[in-house]
Amino acid sequence: MNHIALKMLMGDKGKYLGIIMGLTFASLIMTQQPAIFVGLMARSYSFISDVGLPDIWVMDPKVQFIDDIKPLQETELYRVRGISGIEWAMPLYKGLLKARLTDGTFQTCNVIGLDDATLIGGPAVMLEGKLSDLRRSDGVIVDIDGAKDKLGKPVTIPGGKNTPLKIGDSLELNDRRAIVVGIAKVTRTFQSQPVVYTTFSRAKAYAPQERRMLSFVLVKAKPGQNLDELIQRIETNTGLAAYTQEGFKKLTYTYFLKNTGIPINFGITIALGFIVGTAIAGQTFYNFTLENLRQFGVLKAMGASNDTLLRMILLQAVLVGGIGYGLGVGIAALFGFLMRNTILAFKMPWQLLVFSGMGVALICVIVAIVSILKVIRLEPAIVFKS
Amino acid sequence: MNVKLVAIHCQNITKIYDTGDQKVAALNGVNVDIFMGELMMLVGPSGCGKTTLISIIAGILDQTSGDCSLFGENLLALHSKDKLQFRAENIGFVFQAYNLLPSLNAAENVSVPLIINGIKRSIAERKAADMLEKVGLGARTKSLPAELSGGQQQRVAIARALIHSPRLIVCDEPTSALDHESGHNIMQLMKAVALDQQRVLVIVTHDARIFSFADRIAEMDDGHIVNVVNSAAELK
Repeated sequence: MNHIALKMLMGDKGKYLGIIMGLTFASLIMTQQPAIFVGLMARSYSFISDVGLPDIWVMDPKVQFIDDIKPLQETELYRVRGISGIEWAMPLYKGLLKARLTDGTFQTCNVIGLDDATLIGGPAVMLEGKLSDLRRSDGVIVDIDGAKDKLGKPVTIPGGKNTPLKIGDSLELNDRRAIVVGIAKVTRTFQSQPVVYTTFSRAKAYAPQERRMLSFVLVKAKPGQNLDELIQRIETNTGLAAYTQEGFKKLTYTYFLKNTGIPINFGITIALGFIVGTAIAGQTFYNFTLENLRQFGVLKAMGASNDTLLRMILLQAVLVGGIGYGLGVGIAALFGFLMRNTILAFKMPWQLLVFSGMGVALICVIVAIVSILKVIRLEPAIVFKS
Repeated sequence: MNVKLVAIHCQNITKIYDTGDQKVAALNGVNVDIFMGELMMLVGPSGCGKTTLISIIAGILDQTSGDCSLFGENLLALHSKDKLQFRAENIGFVFQAYNLLPSLNAAENVSVPLIINGIKRSIAERKAADMLEKVGLGARTKSLPAELSGGQQQRVAIARALIHSPRLIVCDEPTSALDHESGHNIMQLMKAVALDQQRVLVIVTHDARIFSFADRIAEMDDGHIVNVVNSAAELK
């Protein structure tokens, strides 16, 4: 009977494509929009991912997310270093400073100050220059997107593109000279500010003077050290907050989830996609069943059981669902691939595929149930009505 | 002495349709016996209960009261699963509107009853091709219903009704959508291919042109069988 079910489904190409398109649309919306949402959320903690090396981030207990800087006294660094189980602990400065561009305008930059000696926390991918060039006088490393766009030299021709910053160009950070000694590739952050790396001591010189200048202490645990226990020791001994990399990421995206309208906005879009997809696919599939009701009646009259007819409808629903899901996910993936070098945030983890797969499956189940009920209630005597 | 075996026994059959506001009696106590090897026609004006009666005889509609047994089996007493199986094995259908599945070709359409009875598709389609050969459509096994004329579609429907060797074939206005010649040919085919001593044919029709093919004709009116005759000439 499976063969008959498939032939019935594909007999009318127009309707068959209509059902597939409805499910493709629903699958696309339920994959692409959450992928953008996940991409945006991932950007909120992209700096933590980029720093990579440390096992634990130590900070003021009131810090709510990565950009919520509540500076510590530098003596905290030594207190952390004194705790057992720590391989190393390094300072990190992170702050927003204004850079003065060559045309006199200002641009806010995310300035990262790395430990002078080890440069731990520096960018992993250097496109030009070397990380160690930061030790040169007034040296800074600028991220490629910032160098091309917001920190680029403005052109004099109206509508022209900025001339990208290159090694040797200079900036003014808080009225102090900074020389570009390298260009790095970093993951875009949520605010998409240009990122400027320098040493910790130079970052302090660029920043307005405050009593507390240490943003984070980056900690590497000794091999075999239990991280949870180490975190407990750090928190008990210093009164500071300590998180694993994953813990700090979670703290950050949870803040964005709770305190911005982003989840609601995307949630509405996804819900609309689900509803519209269900409506289109449901309507088309239900109409398909209605139009085939007489055929189901003939099969019923000939002795096909309700179970057989249900299996036929389920097979039809699973097939169109599978194809629609595959096409929707494929189009979403293609969209993400084509947009990979643009400002658009896009991330499609396997959990997202499971989510959209469940969404499409739910649509198919709803659609199949509605159709099945119609067929179960069908009187086979319908076949004698002309 | 030639003893006729009763294939279908209907005794005091009533059928009342409950439409909510009112109850409509479609059958008001029908009594009839139909014998093995017989071609019985049910005739009468529209709404007299012909279609309701063959629906009950074919086991696709339950009567409100009365007894109806088919080859000694009381269908009303059967469990729904057994009734389905009984129908699948013992009854073939020919409809006025052919009711072929439009996306299946002729051989696939004919093979449907065998597939419902659990026969493998490849075997079923091979048998279907043989059956189509018998009804004169051996060259059209791959044709879709839309590619066939009305007469050819009805031949496919007859092949479908016969493929699983049922003991009863019920036909609802099998010739009313066909011209005189096609209708005549279809009836000749039915008599030649479908009717034997192991089978009974019940045909509902308005088409007086085919009355001559019947062994007996039951005239219905207002939910009753009012007259059973051996030839059209005896009809009132």
